Amino acid sequence: MTSFLESIGYNSWVLPALLLIPLVGAVVILALPLRDQTGFENPAARQLAFWFFLLEFVVSLGLWWSYDPADIGWQASIDMAWIPTWGARFTLGVDGIALMMVLLTTFIMPLAVLGSWTSIRTKVRSYYALLLILTTGMLGVFLARDLFLFYVMWEVMLVPMYFIIGIWGGERRIYASLKFFIYTMLPSLLMLVAIIYLGLHVRTATGTPDFSYDHLLGVSNIPQRTALWLFAAFFLAFAVKVPMFPFHTWLPDAHVEAPTAGSVILAGIMLKMGTFGFLRFALPLFPGAAMNPTIRMIILVLAVIGIIYGALVAMVQPDFKKLVAYSSVSHLGFVMLGIFALTLQSVQGALLIMINHGISTGALFLLVGMIYERRHSRLIDAYGGIARVVPMFAAVLTFVSLSSIGLPGTNGFVGEFLVLIGSFKTYPALAVISATGVIFAAAYLLWAIQRILFNPLDKPENTHLPDLNKRELALLVPLLAVIIWLGVYPAPVLRRMEGSSQQLINRVEAHSELARLSQATR
Amino acid sequence: MSFDLSLPAQLSGALGPDLFLMGGSMLLLLWSGWRPESDEHQRSVGILSMALCIFTMVLVGYYAYEGYTANVGPIAVDNFRWAADEIFLIATVGTIAMSLDYNRREGITPGESHVLLLLATFGMMILAAARDLIIVFLGIELMSIAVYVLVGLNRRRERSAEGAIKYFLLGAFSTAFLLYGIALVYGATGETNFARIAGNIGKFHLEQNPLLLVGIALLLVGFGFKVAAVPFHMWAPDVYEGAPTPITAYMAAAVKAAAFAAFFRLWLEAFPSLLTTWHQPVWWLAAVTMVVGNLVALSQRNIKRLLAYSSIAHAGYILVALVVGTKLGSSAFMFYLFAYTMATLGSFAVIVALGARGEDRMNVEEYAGLWTVRPGLAVAMAVFMLALLGFPIFGGIGFFAKWYVLQAALQAPFPQTRLAVLLVVTSLVSAGYYLYVVMVMFMKPRDNKVALPEPAGGWTRAVVWGSAAVILIFGLFPDTIVSFTRRSAPGLTTDAPSGGVSASLPRSMSAAKTEVVALRYNSLPSRH
Repeated sequence: MTSFLESIGYNSWVLPALLLIPLVGAVVILALPLRDQTGFENPAARQLAFWFFLLEFVVSLGLWWSYDPADIGWQASIDMAWIPTWGARFTLGVDGIALMMVLLTTFIMPLAVLGSWTSIRTKVRSYYALLLILTTGMLGVFLARDLFLFYVMWEVMLVPMYFIIGIWGGERRIYASLKFFIYTMLPSLLMLVAIIYLGLHVRTATGTPDFSYDHLLGVSNIPQRTALWLFAAFFLAFAVKVPMFPFHTWLPDAHVEAPTAGSVILAGIMLKMGTFGFLRFALPLFPGAAMNPTIRMIILVLAVIGIIYGALVAMVQPDFKKLVAYSSVSHLGFVMLGIFALTLQSVQGALLIMINHGISTGALFLLVGMIYERRHSRLIDAYGGIARVVPMFAAVLTFVSLSSIGLPGTNGFVGEFLVLIGSFKTYPALAVISATGVIFAAAYLLWAIQRILFNPLDKPENTHLPDLNKRELALLVPLLAVIIWLGVYPAPVLRRMEGSSQQLINRVEAHSELARLSQATR
Repeated sequence: MSFDLSLPAQLSGALGPDLFLMGGSMLLLLWSGWRPESDEHQRSVGILSMALCIFTMVLVGYYAYEGYTANVGPIAVDNFRWAADEIFLIATVGTIAMSLDYNRREGITPGESHVLLLLATFGMMILAAARDLIIVFLGIELMSIAVYVLVGLNRRRERSAEGAIKYFLLGAFSTAFLLYGIALVYGATGETNFARIAGNIGKFHLEQNPLLLVGIALLLVGFGFKVAAVPFHMWAPDVYEGAPTPITAYMAAAVKAAAFAAFFRLWLEAFPSLLTTWHQPVWWLAAVTMVVGNLVALSQRNIKRLLAYSSIAHAGYILVALVVGTKLGSSAFMFYLFAYTMATLGSFAVIVALGARGEDRMNVEEYAGLWTVRPGLAVAMAVFMLALLGFPIFGGIGFFAKWYVLQAALQAPFPQTRLAVLLVVTSLVSAGYYLYVVMVMFMKPRDNKVALPEPAGGWTRAVVWGSAAVILIFGLFPDTIVSFTRRSAPGLTTDAPSGGVSASLPRSMSAAKTEVVALRYNSLPSRH
């Protein structure tokens, strides 16, 4: 496989191709005639979108083999001039962390299209075109090695999602989409100021700013106070996206009001932008600020509060979609705990949870969407005992819920286990408290599926629900396969991420070591 | 080639593009009076006017390409002037194109309306060139008087007449401020030429001269009125609402740009050594303008008033570039003007395209569900709104404009971090109303009682798509424009440190002395 990829020069074109394919797809879909011969909205749009996403997935899959875990530098990177007078460059590259995020994105997207196959009936072309553009933005965030490019991609994601929620969303879609937009944009703009500051800080002799990530990493002469402010700007931007408690209030609205594919993408991929941002930018660029004991403690405590709070609030939700949304707050709390505990296990675990959460929660949102299409209700009370009516749906839902809870043998277990072990080394008390979050997770999900699937079948509307059809099965099977694979044999994934995680930890610790030494000598 | 401005022939040569436009518009004035008023005739005059503007653009481009220079005199021959001229001319072409369709719909037949636009543009070009207070006054009057008439063009509408009177009275009022300021500055320094004013201030140590300071304050008020900066903005919403929509676009884009160009040049060429004096007032002017413009815009429901307040807010952003005052600041200023002009032209063209006879359908709510009936216009409007908001890629060049101003603010010798943060926060506030327009168009269901908008005229559509294309294409590859604006600073020839200014800065500012202080006027007059 590797030699085949080399023979087609895979590494030299794959990253720009990944950004370009969805854009081409969007243009092609928008060029389709609006209606087919029978006068209905063109069904070719969704098929084309699916094929484009599948192509994207196949192209990205090569990275799995071409990526060399032993090499901790950038791979498959390209570097082109973009706006020379401002020092902005078009620089892309993958490391172990970005690799997994890219594969997660390209894996989820075709399934998201299948998930909205029948539920999107109006303005179909624009919907799929926006999904495709959104994909370019998301991949751009993961691949960017230039802070200017990163910022542009970061904002590019916002508009398609705003329209997806606002046009195809539920009843309170306008409110939810605006809230999503404003919430994400405010800290992003502050991050923009911080990025400009950084770019000017390392400007060249001629005064041209430099936004290259690699150059910024080498900078150590930022005054400590300034570094704190810069870190705060980055922190806010990422914390809202994660979302950390108390910046999470946009999440339930956006997730619940978004159409199924929107929720899947939001939960599965876009939340990871925040934690990815911490790993890629906030920690390595400002190790001094991030590893300041007070700040680190505050962030860790917020993460733990997020775990417990998210789980408790999820428990009392009458709306199943909202329950899943709040469970994200809890899961992402684990990720933050793992990242800021900063041991190899905890960071690896955090990365694994990022993937797992994308798979499991994505699958849960897809399942919610499927049952909503049949019954037009998301309320848990509207169901009861439907396991007898839709046995296949019930089996899948149970299985996915168990993986989300973290049952050993499923993917969820490995990630949370690693985070808890890893963080126990540095922060035992917090690790113990967080472990209760796993119990709460079991409580809210098992209780919910009991009320949906297993209580007496007492509502006549529920007696004639059709079970999963072939399309729905086809889109769930890959998710189930990955759940089992990652639960049983996560080693290949961990191996690919290990080098980059270790490098991150070394980088941050080297700096705090330095700081400690300089303090001691002073 | 360098013009010797003391020779009349060479002075005329240096004013070549301006005089070309002037002469052409005189001929067009004759042509428009040649035949009785009719829609066809109005259109023919309009098309010829656009052609004249385009020729002038080419001529300006030629002058810029040749890189002409001049000695110190009443007018400047530099890239700042050429860049500003191109922006005015683009705005004029767009306005005339919109007017062709608008005048037909509203039954406005005088062909002279287009010629008036040309004359106003001539005034603007003079303003961009002016290096003498008298020339500034001349340019402002040429421009303003033509625009007073244009605002009242639709004489059958009460609002139009009201707007015209209001604009005329307040315009005259602000001109009085300007004139008084000019008189006092002349009284204090004995000069009207920018460079010699700067020279005399240094020579006779007039930094604390009360006469001069009052003069500068009055000039600030006068320009504040012209660019509609808070608290001198009161006239803008009413006038913008009352004026015919294409003229509103012209005022929001070109008139504001011209006033800013003169403002910028005057401040940076005549009063660089008084930086510490005017820095603080202009800082506050920028801050207050950004805050008030954006906050008040949030409550507007009439699209023209909404854009009026948005244009006030943008005046605030542009003032940030003035506060920065460096070469980078003036480059950012020019870039911002370009981006803002394109987005403003485009959005008003959409309003023209969607309007109905008698200036109906100006309430944003009436755009509900526009996407389902006029998808193209809705998408274009969304692009313009995002451009004004300063959003990357989808808002194209608008983002880079804000980026550039921010970069200039942070890269200044004494970084304007607080102003930059304020700019960012107020931009976020502006999301509230720009997205409101987008939301209504895309997310609200269509009200079936509202009549379908008539198909837009071809010229208006050309403006919509032309400006959208410029915004989006340069929004991906802004480098050509950036490097052009790089070369267009008024009288600022260097970024190198200079003792004069930084010595007079307060302690906190002179800490940055080792950095860059760009405010140097290095072509002071040799003779006096």
